[in-house]
Amino acid sequence: MSQKVHPYIPNMVPEVRNEMLKVIGAESLMELYSGIPEELQLKEDLKLPPALTEYDLRRHIEGILNKNTSTKEYLNFLGAGCWQHFVPAVCDEINQRSEFLTAYAGEPYEDHGRFQALFEYQSLLAELVDMDVVNVPTFDWGQAAATSIRMAARITGRKKVLLAKTVAPERSKIIINYGTPELEFEFVQFDTKSGAMVLEDLQEKLTQEVAALYFENPSYLGFIEAQGTEISNLLKANGTLMVVGVDPISLGVLAPPSHYGADIVCGDLQPLGMHMNYSGGQAGFIASHNDVKVVSEYPSRLFGIVPTVKEGEYGFGDVAYERTSFAQRENGKESVGTQTALWGITAGVYLALLGPNGMQEVGKTIMQNSQYAAQELNQIAGVTGSRLNTAYFKEFIVDFNQTGLSVEQINQRLLEKKIFGGKDLSQEFPEFGQSALFCVTEVHTKEDIDYLVQAIKEILA
Amino acid sequence: MKKIQRTSKTRDFHQAKWNEPIIFELHQPGEKGVELPPVNEDIALAVGDGTSSIPAAMQRQSKPNLPEIGQARVLRHYLRLSQETLGSDFNVEIGQGTCTMKYIPKINELLIRDPKMMELHPLQNEETVQGILEIYYKLDLCMREISGMDYFTFQPSSGTQALFAMASIVRKYHDQKGEGDQRDEIITTIFSHPSQAATAAVKGYKIITLHPDENGFPDIEKLKAAVSERTAGFVVANPEDTGIFNPKIKEFTDIVHQAGGLCFYDQANANGLLGITRAKEAGFDMCFFNLHKTFAAPHMCGGPATGALGVTAELKEYLPAPIVHYQEGKYLLQNDLEHSIGKVRSFHGVAQTVLRAYAWIRALGADGIKEVAKTAVLNNNYMYHKVLAIRGASAPYVKGHRLEQVRYSWEQLTKETGVTTEDIQLRMTDFGLHYWTSHHPYIVKQPFTLEPTESYSKEDLDEYINALEQISNEAYENPEIVKSAPHTSTIHKIDEQDYLDHPEKWCITWRTYLKKTEAFKLVK
Repeated sequence: MSQKVHPYIPNMVPEVRNEMLKVIGAESLMELYSGIPEELQLKEDLKLPPALTEYDLRRHIEGILNKNTSTKEYLNFLGAGCWQHFVPAVCDEINQRSEFLTAYAGEPYEDHGRFQALFEYQSLLAELVDMDVVNVPTFDWGQAAATSIRMAARITGRKKVLLAKTVAPERSKIIINYGTPELEFEFVQFDTKSGAMVLEDLQEKLTQEVAALYFENPSYLGFIEAQGTEISNLLKANGTLMVVGVDPISLGVLAPPSHYGADIVCGDLQPLGMHMNYSGGQAGFIASHNDVKVVSEYPSRLFGIVPTVKEGEYGFGDVAYERTSFAQRENGKESVGTQTALWGITAGVYLALLGPNGMQEVGKTIMQNSQYAAQELNQIAGVTGSRLNTAYFKEFIVDFNQTGLSVEQINQRLLEKKIFGGKDLSQEFPEFGQSALFCVTEVHTKEDIDYLVQAIKEILA
Repeated sequence: MKKIQRTSKTRDFHQAKWNEPIIFELHQPGEKGVELPPVNEDIALAVGDGTSSIPAAMQRQSKPNLPEIGQARVLRHYLRLSQETLGSDFNVEIGQGTCTMKYIPKINELLIRDPKMMELHPLQNEETVQGILEIYYKLDLCMREISGMDYFTFQPSSGTQALFAMASIVRKYHDQKGEGDQRDEIITTIFSHPSQAATAAVKGYKIITLHPDENGFPDIEKLKAAVSERTAGFVVANPEDTGIFNPKIKEFTDIVHQAGGLCFYDQANANGLLGITRAKEAGFDMCFFNLHKTFAAPHMCGGPATGALGVTAELKEYLPAPIVHYQEGKYLLQNDLEHSIGKVRSFHGVAQTVLRAYAWIRALGADGIKEVAKTAVLNNNYMYHKVLAIRGASAPYVKGHRLEQVRYSWEQLTKETGVTTEDIQLRMTDFGLHYWTSHHPYIVKQPFTLEPTESYSKEDLDEYINALEQISNEAYENPEIVKSAPHTSTIHKIDEQDYLDHPEKWCITWRTYLKKTEAFKLVK
């Protein structure tokens, strides 16, 4: 046994241990394990690397992290589900607060602040999507979409689900895994010139069994689906629910899906104040109207505001807790557990900081910067700046088919010029051949974009 | 100088109370919280306003109804809310049995804020993320050693999601063997976490729940009666929420295997077992650990988190992709897993928590990890003896030592005084202490579950025990003080539960509250 007292384990002090053993009436620590059969107890010590002191640990980890090259060092044009945006310092200040960082399952009386902050997050996001109900966040966009779809299936009592073919393939995998085996999925085709959903195909597949249609707007491929109202009319006539995934940072300039008939809206909060963190910043949201039939189907926690016995005090608590699997095990609505509450609080801080004007401004700047990038890329011989002929938000397809080089080759050369090029779409969307999904946001300067364009010119020269 | 007497056995505590308005009430037209990067003038000249390209039907017609607030006021608002939150850093948090938070080392929080961690995009070329991939891989190696499993994924982003991933693997595995339709039952136990049953149900399984025998052990005869050609899997925690270790666990897994099912182990909380006993030797095919618990990552008000999922070599090809492997001096992402269940979470899960867990293991080493387990068990048995000496408290089932936690009961106290475990929960907040009742259903009457972990000193444990003892005394002598608690919390008792349960009354957002209370619109 190690005789050194570890800083994380105060009761390694031998005198204290002996005193405690005496209270218990045991001779040794291992005696306390008498309930575990001998044959299940490890005979040898674990083979783990040796312990490091705090200083050495820092040197060790920083040494490993130094092998990474971050988006602070290289120019980044990757998006595709995780995006580089400006993160206000106050967002970091709040989510690094010890109280929020280390809180867990406190009751409304110990964690009033946590309940209020999450209620406020729900309320702020509700304004952005213009709906009355928002949940405590889920894991990420994919899971939020999966749950929204399952909710729609329970509400309608139907088992078939249509997915737009342009849904992010990685998200489709999550959705299908969450839906299997209960639900049956089918894809709706899109027009490869515009990206828009083919309404004839939708109509054909829209049978009486269809619980929901799920599409994204702006889509994974960046384009804006303009047929929201037409789609909604088709669905309503069929008793099918419309579930729309959305990038919330677009909603200062784009109409929220509730304005064109969405029943359930979902998306990812990461753009609203979370660093990318190699995908650790993702967080899903679900929103809907305040219809009891819908609210009853949320698996998530929903925090509500309540009066207390003292006039003038705001209190908070769980709305309709009996829905949840915490209360009902397998008879609850799906499952609930730890998800991404801290990112919900942070997204609330972000929305409070930006306000109505900031959200409009950031949306506008993203549109201008991305249009400029597409326009400039389009000037390069053999490159089509935006392959689709429709309006887009933040992301767009750059077509390299006429360059004689593959996206992989171009990206490798861009890397040499300290640029992370767009996501290679050739596997996910072979119909676009050698094309890549580029992401341009408010963090990109004109110089950044011009540098990218110059780099591609040089590569193709 | 006069000597200041500090003799009270319990803490004279008062929670912060700022009485903050709801953030919408802070609206001051014209104020702003942050300046955004402006658009470049030449870009504006080249492309115009950017938004006129949006088809008319897709343009937002009016700005979102968000408040306008200056930066300092936003900061002050949220700092005040944070002060009204009792994080585990502030608190002897041993009342959240089954999932007590242990000490969360500050060095780890500093490390995750390195820009070479925080500013990585998940789709970067592998060559540029060798550092983070190395950490994923090295943590995988540590986890293999700790569990005896052969491969780990860190994609599931909570214990519940790891359970869901395991249920997904069970389904895919039997589908692959052509027995997917036939094997439609998953067996669990009542003292295992509700998510085990809930996630298996999401995957379409019928749930069979085993109740304990009179000593609190999962009943092996009931298991024998439950298994059949319909058994897809068996999921269990061991020890369960009672802190009682099932010594026949290997027989359990053998029985399930003989019936053709897979066995998966909920080790979200492995505090008492690290370096002592492993999933492999007990015959499990899969297990998972909550890194935001056993491996000292913070809980962050409820995520983001990681459920590190390990499997035997036979099940590797079923894992959600990608996993990290090491070849010829390079760390690589492996996507081509033949029977992969697909994905449960986007990209690579919560990388910060992977880094935190690796740092924690490196701070302890093999000896330190075993000391964690032994001390957690020592602390628990010390509390167990002390709590049983409190009037009205008991611990049902087998006598003798328990592992890392105990499910206790106030049944006697409730019978004798009318004070319930919910009343005690509220009263504990008056001492600055967290206390959780237990998961439903309440098989143990008037339950509470304590788990001290390795993080708390004897003095900390005594403080918690003293508070319980005082409340017990109050229940017998002056129950009103308990029943009317909390007295020193941020707020008083909520008015009536109906405001949360009745659809006509509930308000999940501020806008709904304004509508339902017919208040005027404060914004715009």
